[in-house]
Amino acid sequence: MPGARPEALYVFDARTPRRRAAALGDIATGVRRWRLSFALASLDIRNRYRGSVLGPFWLTLSNAVMIAGLGLLYSSLFKMSLVDYLPFIAVSLITWNTINAIVTDACTSLTSAEGIIRQLPLPYTVHVLRCVWRNAVIAAHSLPIILAVFALTGAWPGWEALWALPGLALLAVNACALALFLGMLCARFRDIPPIVGSVMQLAFFLSPVLWKPELLGPGKAEWLVLNPFYVVMETVRGPLIEGGASPGVWASACLFTAAMAGLALGFFIRFRGRIAFWV
Amino acid sequence: MPHIQAEAVTIEFPLYHLGARSLKKRILANSPLRLRQDEASRIVVSALRELSFRIAPGERVALVGHNGAGKTTLLRTLAGVYEPVGGRLEVAGSIGALIDPAAGMDPHATGRENIVLRGLFRGLGEAESASLAEEVGAFSGLAEFLDVPVRAYSAGMSVRLSFAMATVMDPEVLLMDEWFLAGDADFMQRARAKLEALVSKAEILVLATHDMSIVREWCNRVIRLDAGRIAQDGSVTEVLGEA
Repeated sequence: MPGARPEALYVFDARTPRRRAAALGDIATGVRRWRLSFALASLDIRNRYRGSVLGPFWLTLSNAVMIAGLGLLYSSLFKMSLVDYLPFIAVSLITWNTINAIVTDACTSLTSAEGIIRQLPLPYTVHVLRCVWRNAVIAAHSLPIILAVFALTGAWPGWEALWALPGLALLAVNACALALFLGMLCARFRDIPPIVGSVMQLAFFLSPVLWKPELLGPGKAEWLVLNPFYVVMETVRGPLIEGGASPGVWASACLFTAAMAGLALGFFIRFRGRIAFWV
Repeated sequence: MPHIQAEAVTIEFPLYHLGARSLKKRILANSPLRLRQDEASRIVVSALRELSFRIAPGERVALVGHNGAGKTTLLRTLAGVYEPVGGRLEVAGSIGALIDPAAGMDPHATGRENIVLRGLFRGLGEAESASLAEEVGAFSGLAEFLDVPVRAYSAGMSVRLSFAMATVMDPEVLLMDEWFLAGDADFMQRARAKLEALVSKAEILVLATHDMSIVREWCNRVIRLDAGRIAQDGSVTEVLGEA
């Protein structure tokens, strides 16, 4: 009960807004109350698939069909054996679809919570984590496909596959930063979501999702570390199918993640107080 | 000691997404009173303009004024939803806000799930929230409807649920909008007893309302807002006259 707490004090002074303390406090409270964001995310998923027989497994099914189709087509286009190509395309496509879903959903992380933001004083981090949880749980429904493909092709990775875990951690940090940054940006400027949509479509073809980086040939493949989508994806995909990602990829992924987190935090500290007016 | 101290608190709503410059000009030309351009040449509505007041423990304050005078905005600002663009605001004491009954309610979830969710919104644990469901369920009188999705409720039933959920608390500073007056007669009697208990336990009540009979009954101080400023501030008889 709120009354049981010791003296609660809310002070805001427009001359000394103490924005950094407010933003960091917001994040700390939001993370501590992760149960709330998880409960909201579970409700989101349930509502989205309400009345559907397969529920989130529709996504699993559509991913499986897409992987089978693209696997057959592109393995013959690239003149590779299906057994070699299928694990690649399966991990690749599922990782990409997860990234794509997070980026798209990030645009509405705050605007979709408008009703709550304007009525209840709640840490904004709760809405950001809600968006990340939601996508993480949906993405987890596609894991059986990867296992099935590994079993079918016999391409089980060794212990080095555990390196995918730090890769997933990097992805999670990026997801939080994006949901915060894009959520705020899209709340203020309503033209951003369509732009993000176009960028993601372009990035899908420019990044090695369907094609292997080696196809670029020597001298060109090295430049791929400048593609943030590729490096973050590769820290998850590499360990699962190629026995690990190169140090260059890890370094680049860590740098991009740090930059993204820094940008999101800076933006949040500066504009946190304005969010309630933006949504 | 719970108290509220406001010094020149100012809230301005920027009107984003207005579009064309000509539209902007037209709006500014038509209503020069509360709409103005700020330094970044955005159009802003001055919702609250340099409000200064102090509310001491034991005070029951009614906020009255026309629609759009800033009553609800002031409640939300006191609750910490909006950050003032100018001035200083200090609210000491745990805050309970009854502003929007449906805030944070998920229409597809059942009444019980919504109560648990509300508990989590308040920062309670899962077990505490579940025991909250029993208490709220009993008070709301929804019986078997507690396990039915909220969107299947009648308007009166959802008001009962909202009311029951919102009033399970023990705040020192109670901020209340007048929505709680809805509900069927039988429920209102019980609701009244509950509200009276809540209000008498709270050190400070701030109530936004249009209904002067409620003001006379519940409050001992009236702040009349007009176009975002304090027009009158004093005891009930000073502001409203003798009953």
